[in-house]
Amino acid sequence: MNKNIHFNLNGKPVSREVQTHRLLLDLLRDEIGITGTKEGCGTGDCGACTVMLNGKPVNSCLILSGELDGADIVTIEGLKIGPELHPVQKAFVQDGGAQCGYCTPGMLMMSKALLDENPNPTEEEIRYALSGNLCRCTGYAKIVQAVQDAAAMLRAK
Amino acid sequence: MKFRSELSTHYSALSTILMKRTEAFDFYQPTTLQEASRLLKDNGPGGRFLAGGTDLVIAMKEKGLLPKYIVDLKRLPGLAGIRENSDGSITLGALTTMYAIETSALIKKRYPFLAQSAAEVGSIQIRNRATIGGNMANATPSADTAPALIALNATAKIASAGGERTIKLEDFFKGPGQNAMSADEILTEVTIPKTAANLVGEYIKFSPREMMDLAYVGVAVAYNLGTNDKKCDGVRIVLGAVAPTPIRAKRAEAALEGQVLTEALAEKVGQISAEEAKPISDVRSSADYRRAMVGTMTKRALLNAAVGPAKSWYDRRERRY
Repeated sequence: MNKNIHFNLNGKPVSREVQTHRLLLDLLRDEIGITGTKEGCGTGDCGACTVMLNGKPVNSCLILSGELDGADIVTIEGLKIGPELHPVQKAFVQDGGAQCGYCTPGMLMMSKALLDENPNPTEEEIRYALSGNLCRCTGYAKIVQAVQDAAAMLRAK
Repeated sequence: MKFRSELSTHYSALSTILMKRTEAFDFYQPTTLQEASRLLKDNGPGGRFLAGGTDLVIAMKEKGLLPKYIVDLKRLPGLAGIRENSDGSITLGALTTMYAIETSALIKKRYPFLAQSAAEVGSIQIRNRATIGGNMANATPSADTAPALIALNATAKIASAGGERTIKLEDFFKGPGQNAMSADEILTEVTIPKTAANLVGEYIKFSPREMMDLAYVGVAVAYNLGTNDKKCDGVRIVLGAVAPTPIRAKRAEAALEGQVLTEALAEKVGQISAEEAKPISDVRSSADYRRAMVGTMTKRALLNAAVGPAKSWYDRRERRY
């Protein structure tokens, strides 16, 4: 079943015909062609596909395109502020918060979501917020450090 | 560009083989309950209601579920949100997300163990989608919020084109994936009746992996703790993941009723609770281990409830062991 829908993607209005059963993840990657959002497990366990839907972090691998009329979607491609990297991106680069990089887009989206709600999180709060984002390389220490540094950068603004 | 589009086509074909995808179905977004209920009636069997989709979409991708059509409930007005009623009861709209329950100031103040049970589900990403209505209607024996809500004597309101009815949540679950609703009925809200000011409670999800796993055993307890005499009354002990549905451990409840809780009594009540469980062996755990853990977790839940709510995630983790 196809359906015409309108939504905002990274601040820009999009109108297109979608197949209602298509996953948001596939709509983004295979149809719209922005491939920053990654697929890890496909079942909502790993967080690699995290995007912001109406201001909240969600797993794009579990969302049907039919639901998206009127939605506001922000992906990793929309995280930059103008030409500048977002502070979470700067901090991940500076602290070595990425190794292979596959989990990084999801980590960044979830970190941004945490800092939107809590500008000064403790290590415990960071680990809690990122518990649905799996990284098989880093052991998480540098990721947690990067989120703390990003929080400091945002507070200094 | 041509190369890129060819690559993308190949990639799509490959990813279809590697990762399961949902198949086509008709998709409806009704804006009234009557319309939603009628869609099920008119289209016949093979349809599914969609709320957060965190169980349904996984069932479609992993378990080969092929709904003929899907009725998305998220455009129905008034089904999301938490409200306190004039009689002191609290109503959770069926579309209220787990994250909304976990972070609700009202729920955290009044029933911190219910907020905690919602926080035990999946990740924040999952909890931003998963709804209380879906957690109930899917009737998974390990559903984390069910034991806490049954311990609070909650009721479920069920609506269809034909009208509304209310049943105790305790009577709502009929077996794994089975609930008391007919196909055209929709769970619209869950209500917790007014409770005594001295009610205390605790939910322990026992799962060796701390996050992102189902409960091996879930235990919720609630009781009124006498301010002066420290006697327990109105005791409710509810077990998850150790029977085809969440169940009350009524003999264990009776053993504590009217008594002062001591460590020795908590141990004894835990043993009775373990006897009342009807666990199965599966990939996560043997039945024997589950039964033993019911005893231990019931004891700890009863003792923790008297101490007060956990202060943080790390604290909550420590209190389980």
